[in-house]
Amino acid sequence: MATLTAVRPAFGGFSFDNCKRNAVLEIEASKVGCSVPAARKTGTTICGVVFKDGVVLGADTRATEGMIVADKNCSKIHYISPNIYCCGAGTAADTEMTTQLISSNLELHSLSTGRLPRVATANRMLKQMLFRYQGYIGAALVLGGVDCNGPHLYSIYPHGSTDKLPYVTMGSGSLAAMAVFEDRYKPDMEEDAAKQLVRDAIAAGIFNDLGSGSNIDLCVITKNKVNYIRPHDEANKKGVRFCLPNSCSA
Amino acid sequence: MCRHQNETLPDTAVYRKERGTNEVTMNSRGLRSQLKDSVPVAGFSPQGAYGVQDSLRSGFTSVKNELLPSHPLELSEKNFQLNQDKMNFSTLRNIQGLHAPLKLQMEYRAARQVAAVLFQVFSCFVLFFSFSVLTPTVSSLQIQRLPFLQSSNLALDTLRNSDESIGFEDVLNDPAHSEVMGEPHMMVEYKLGLL
Repeated sequence: MATLTAVRPAFGGFSFDNCKRNAVLEIEASKVGCSVPAARKTGTTICGVVFKDGVVLGADTRATEGMIVADKNCSKIHYISPNIYCCGAGTAADTEMTTQLISSNLELHSLSTGRLPRVATANRMLKQMLFRYQGYIGAALVLGGVDCNGPHLYSIYPHGSTDKLPYVTMGSGSLAAMAVFEDRYKPDMEEDAAKQLVRDAIAAGIFNDLGSGSNIDLCVITKNKVNYIRPHDEANKKGVRFCLPNSCSA
Repeated sequence: MCRHQNETLPDTAVYRKERGTNEVTMNSRGLRSQLKDSVPVAGFSPQGAYGVQDSLRSGFTSVKNELLPSHPLELSEKNFQLNQDKMNFSTLRNIQGLHAPLKLQMEYRAARQVAAVLFQVFSCFVLFFSFSVLTPTVSSLQIQRLPFLQSSNLALDTLRNSDESIGFEDVLNDPAHSEVMGEPHMMVEYKLGLL
């Protein structure tokens, strides 16, 4: 008689059956000289700032796959709930699926409580999920929104730590954007000043980092209104060379 | 020698009865059904048909491969639900006392039992009163189906509050959509510990 057939798992979720095989395949592939395909990352500049009446989130729109631009106009500001939006950097699939899962969970939760969801709830759900997977889900997020307690802005790292700050940047262009913020941020700005500040920060990331590029998307969240501006500014127009006025390169 | 002849013999009937109630292996069949998963033995049962190693699916076998997990998250994910439950129950015990986790665990056990008996009882009622409407409602009420069939886990979901949340276990590797089906007789015998 044949051996006992496998007992199926009682629950679904991630299956690690192929991990050993994949490890062996990777070693074999590197011996031959080819490499396994890389995951598509968003190599990004994302940032957010709290102003007087709400929150402004900004992102660039380039998605890279190794050294190639995979998507020239991808959307990195994801919907979580009518008053909460989230920018995502890191592996593109991870940020999308994570934000969609949290959005579904938050919707179920708000149906159960009967209230508008709070940003702190979304933050807690995200950090618990990311910590559970110990950083293997490569999603670095900037979460912002306005709820009954006012405007809030969080940054969430892939291993599950979070920071609640008035201005945050994430992604490969985060240092360039943070330099702009550190120079010009003032508490309680007006909406137009905040939008200009975020636009300049993302532009700094686009021009100084290879992983960021194309256009600048903005999302302005206030108490009763969300303004998703896509694109707010086309920093890199196709076919137009960017050239500083007094430089002399050909 | 005198001593041996006159010493009181143990009351064997009482001894056996008492030993039976105190000793753990009184009901060996019941015990085997609980012990079956506790000691994994590596290297003795290669996966694949007829016990031969399956190089295509699981690579070349080595003892190290089978002892170590293939991914750092594998063990923590396998035991995640269990650990969550343990943590919640111990917190509940500390806050509300022993009665709270005890009541909840009793409900979990009731939700996890196989309701094959309920099948027969309800089918009798159905025949009696010829309510054909009852049959679909009965099948949604049943607690869990036999091991080789996929159960909807309605009662378990309600208890765990996982009917109000969605996670990777609902999206990836849904057991209802799995491509392999266990052999019914083997799986029922395994579950009852008769193997």
